[in-house]
Amino acid sequence: MEIFLVNLIGATLRVSTPILLAAIGETYAERAGVLNLGIEGTMFFGAFIGFFAADKSGSLWLGFLVAVLSGVVFGLLMALLTVTLGVNQHVSGLGITMLCTGLSLFAFRLNYGGRSIPPSIESFPQLAPFKNIPWLNTLTEQYLFTYITFLVIVPLAWWLLYRTSFGLKIRSVGENPEAADAAGVNVFAVRYAALAIGGGLMAAGGAFLSLAQLGAFTHGIIAGRGWVAIAIVIFGNWNPVRAMWGALIFGGTSALQLRLQTMGLQLPIPYETFLALPYIVTIIALVLAGRNASYPAALLKPYRRE
Amino acid sequence: METSRPRLRFVKTDNPPVWVRPLIPVLALVVTFILTSGLIIWASASPFETYYHFLISPLTTRVSALEILVKATPLMLTGAAVTFAFAAGYYNIGAEGQLFAGAIAAAGLGVAMKEIPAVITIPSIVIAGFAAGMAWAAIPALLKVKLQVDEVVTTLLLNSVMGFIVSALLNGPWRDPNSGWPQSPEIGASAIFFKLIPRSRLNLGFVIGLLVILVLWFVLTRTSFGLKMRAVGLGKPAARFAGIHVGRTTLIAALVSGGIAGIAGVAEVAGIQYHLIGDLSAGYGYTGIIIATLGSLNAVGVFIASLFFGLVDAGAQTVSRVLGVPVYLGEITQATMLLVALGFFLLQRYRLRRM
Repeated sequence: MEIFLVNLIGATLRVSTPILLAAIGETYAERAGVLNLGIEGTMFFGAFIGFFAADKSGSLWLGFLVAVLSGVVFGLLMALLTVTLGVNQHVSGLGITMLCTGLSLFAFRLNYGGRSIPPSIESFPQLAPFKNIPWLNTLTEQYLFTYITFLVIVPLAWWLLYRTSFGLKIRSVGENPEAADAAGVNVFAVRYAALAIGGGLMAAGGAFLSLAQLGAFTHGIIAGRGWVAIAIVIFGNWNPVRAMWGALIFGGTSALQLRLQTMGLQLPIPYETFLALPYIVTIIALVLAGRNASYPAALLKPYRRE
Repeated sequence: METSRPRLRFVKTDNPPVWVRPLIPVLALVVTFILTSGLIIWASASPFETYYHFLISPLTTRVSALEILVKATPLMLTGAAVTFAFAAGYYNIGAEGQLFAGAIAAAGLGVAMKEIPAVITIPSIVIAGFAAGMAWAAIPALLKVKLQVDEVVTTLLLNSVMGFIVSALLNGPWRDPNSGWPQSPEIGASAIFFKLIPRSRLNLGFVIGLLVILVLWFVLTRTSFGLKMRAVGLGKPAARFAGIHVGRTTLIAALVSGGIAGIAGVAEVAGIQYHLIGDLSAGYGYTGIIIATLGSLNAVGVFIASLFFGLVDAGAQTVSRVLGVPVYLGEITQATMLLVALGFFLLQRYRLRRM
């Protein structure tokens, strides 16, 4: 039982990593007042371009870097549409998701053809700092990115948002852009920056899947994880630390369903029930937490200087 | 400070000149093609040849021209579904899942009603598909109206859940007993939408799509409910102040939207595939959002946008077959066109003035 639990916690951390990265990225975008539904596509493109660049260059780190940069570019595109042009945020985001999906699949088909077994690369190794203590090793044998995400990105994202003047600017342009503008904050620049940071984190989440967890790129690699991340942002009340708990709930349910499947229990329900479980749990969590969610006041509202 | 030099500035104008509006789609198209030509060259094809096969050659033969209408059918329906919800300010991003709910109903009833004549079967599966789409849409709609849970997130998540339901059916009880493929048994002949034109795939689904567009136009522009919907869409507090029951209006718009998306699923099962399959929809539910937006949330616009996107879908297949350019060029073109057109829609409200 202990082994099962330790195993489960270890897997939970792994499964939560990409969703947490994306959720923090979305938190930054929404805190600045922009709902970025391009998240699913940005993750997908990050997963693809990271894999592609790593495969062609032979360097996983270069692949990861290219992926993050691609996310920044799509974040800036989202900013151009919603901040500069003031276009409907739902539609722009979904358009970017479609564009990213199309571009990834186009380039993938062009370079790898329509083969049935997805091409793979040797992925990032897992770190094992406690090799000699079996139970601790099961828990801590993780990818470097998982360590960085939980130990560096989460605290850093929280600190930046709540303890620096840059974070204050982000929160103020998402809450009351008129007042922020009057106080001398460049609303447009701050929103651009928040979307760029957010996009980079989303793509990093996608690249984690293709470069670390799977070592391959498949059509179903993101499979709605971006949408889950958006739910987690609301669940986390736009706070990176609370988003972490949301990501762990989703990751825990996912890890649990994987364990239950591999245990080969003969259950009278289809295995898809387990696959759907994390999504259903996310909806329930959203219902429970969403009732007292305090949306950033300027979310979805383009800012115009009159 | 420099003061005397004249500067050009964008100035907001409330009535753009009439000639601007029809120009936007054309301009958007040209810009889109310039933007995507790089990809075509990367795929070692000539952009001009590609555009010819993309936009012109589907129109040149009878079979391929009818195929445009076939491709436009699900888009008309999902576009109408999304318009219905968006017009009321309800962001239903769940048309994809609702489409599959309707498809499940059609595939199930289509087999169960094998012995029953078509005059009864066909209306039954259409109504059942509408009801199924509505039922699936009821979850996020009720969560929104009763508990204020954001519908964008729930509809997106429920699309994933619906994907698992379809997969569970196709890998479980509905797996084809003859072939063993993950597809449901073929529906009975009485459930199959008849062909409008022999030796083509154009079927009753297209007529249903047209009817739905017509109903959409009528409801939005000629009924008091349409007026209420649009009032809610423009601003909930104001609508409430005007005495409109905002919750009920939103709920009805959301349910009808889901129902229309369900019919799109019926049309694909009964008109094209005759089975439920996992690949039934090429993202039609999501494309519906683009269609509704490009069609400016009105029925005529949705109809025109569907036809054009039907052409792009048909053209992308031709391009892939003839020139070996990956078929995903269609999706890229549609998405790029949306983003470019959104920008242009906005720019039409501005004029260049010398300050």
